[in-house]
Amino acid sequence: MKVLVPVKRVIDYNVKVRVKADGSGVDLANVKMSMNPFDEIAVEEAIRLKEAGKADEIIAVSIGVKQSQETLRTALAMGTDRAILVIAADDVHTDIEPLAVAKILAKIVEEEQPGLVLCGKQAIDNDMNATGQMVSALLGWSQATFASKLEIDGDHANVTREVDGGLQTIKVKMPAIVTVDLRLNEPRYASLPNIMKAKKKPMDEKTAADYGVDCAPRLEVVKTSEPAERAAGIKVGSVDELVAKLKEVGAV
Amino acid sequence: MAVLLLAEVNDGELALDATAKAVTAAKSLGDVTALCVGATAAAAAEAAAKIDGVAKVLCAEDASLGHRLAEATAALIVSLAGDYEHIVAPATTDAKNILPRVAALLDVMVLTDVSGVVDGSTFERPIYAGNAIQTVKSADATKVISFRTSTFDAAGSQDAAPVENISATDNPGLSEWVEDKVAESDRPELTSAGVVVSGGRGIGSEENFAMIEKLADKLGAAVGASRAAVDSGFAPNDWQVGQTGKVVAPDLYIAVGISGAIQHLAGMKDSKVIVAINKDEEAPIFQVADFGLVADLFDAVPELTEKL
Repeated sequence: MKVLVPVKRVIDYNVKVRVKADGSGVDLANVKMSMNPFDEIAVEEAIRLKEAGKADEIIAVSIGVKQSQETLRTALAMGTDRAILVIAADDVHTDIEPLAVAKILAKIVEEEQPGLVLCGKQAIDNDMNATGQMVSALLGWSQATFASKLEIDGDHANVTREVDGGLQTIKVKMPAIVTVDLRLNEPRYASLPNIMKAKKKPMDEKTAADYGVDCAPRLEVVKTSEPAERAAGIKVGSVDELVAKLKEVGAV
Repeated sequence: MAVLLLAEVNDGELALDATAKAVTAAKSLGDVTALCVGATAAAAAEAAAKIDGVAKVLCAEDASLGHRLAEATAALIVSLAGDYEHIVAPATTDAKNILPRVAALLDVMVLTDVSGVVDGSTFERPIYAGNAIQTVKSADATKVISFRTSTFDAAGSQDAAPVENISATDNPGLSEWVEDKVAESDRPELTSAGVVVSGGRGIGSEENFAMIEKLADKLGAAVGASRAAVDSGFAPNDWQVGQTGKVVAPDLYIAVGISGAIQHLAGMKDSKVIVAINKDEEAPIFQVADFGLVADLFDAVPELTEKL
């Protein structure tokens, strides 16, 4: 079985986000970029499936600017077999919407015929939480979102999902789209020898036009602003003082 | 213009608070038709009919619509979509599962976690874990939206609106339910609780979380946790407060042993009163706390539990 893993290049989760002064977006020039953390978990799960003999080839895909090839190299260094880079924008500030990404991914699925698509549940930049569900809709495949456990068993998979109030296990028909949540696994670090080896692994370069997909945004960004700052309060010296203050403001 | 609102129905029961908050957000967009789906949904439909602002309720009962499965519910919504300019829901895990599928089937973008309505096509939503707020204008004919419940007040009640029964569409039969593991609890639901007590990595162990639960029970509060506490295995993931967990805005939020990582702050900074208890006086949580207590939590929490 082939496994397709889409990965997104996003601002590193440790970097403090700065809104541009003209309100046009978040400043991404000269800031550290990394693989979306949820996508790292998806890559790790795909590699574990291969190690367990359930998958025989893992293809990483990234759709965005040319620099996304660095993110794909990371996926290759972790252990994916090959990569497809789809260039859909020139400016690092252009975010390709999940709908367009899903359309391109659906075309790649038609070409590559994977048995499973493993995605992160959301990207930490636009926080949309949509791409996996959209790919599933376009392909008419089954979907299992927010997975914390995945067991492939022949023509179906048992997936435990993180839902409001607890956990749910569902059985989905293969091929399927599974989007992964935090507790599925802990992604490995790429070792130096593997980073060197990854440089020789194949990476196809395509454009959105190759798949006939229009990436024009449906949502126009009117403005981007800083959230309202919350003013710092006071320090209290003791539990008694804390209880008194809470009573004073009517909080207890 | 008409709005179709997917009510939050769990095992036949309406999640009133989440649904009523989404109704508040949806009312300004047009006449709200609430859709209740499930293996059983009649009781939920009756409850939804009484939410102020709901003009009509559609009730679809079918085995294929039970257990939160996305495919059948999305197909039903798409079959109804022609009559509505907006298709909305509270941003629960169920809606997050279903709505993007609906949007893709309609060839429109989805707007998730919307925190503000500017006009019928312009909306505000947090991005980058709440570190920026983006205002976006949709060019799509149908707007598919999930509303972040913590930023809207729940709508009140009214005399019941009419309920109409509708049938499910054909079940695509792509997935089936196996089991639910629902955390049994008498405590209020995290996202609608008036008081939340949360523990972080500083709690140190799963056993020590009992101290947080004791304080929560004294206050009739829900229990939360930081991502660090969840990752360390001290608390289950559905307790997680933060961008990657739940977003809460209670009247009182007590953060114990939580340093205040950006991703946690994004999930609780809209709380009315924030209390932080941490032994590190440099912890960033103190920058958002109304009342900060620099103390050893193992002394302070039992004392607080006793004195409240």
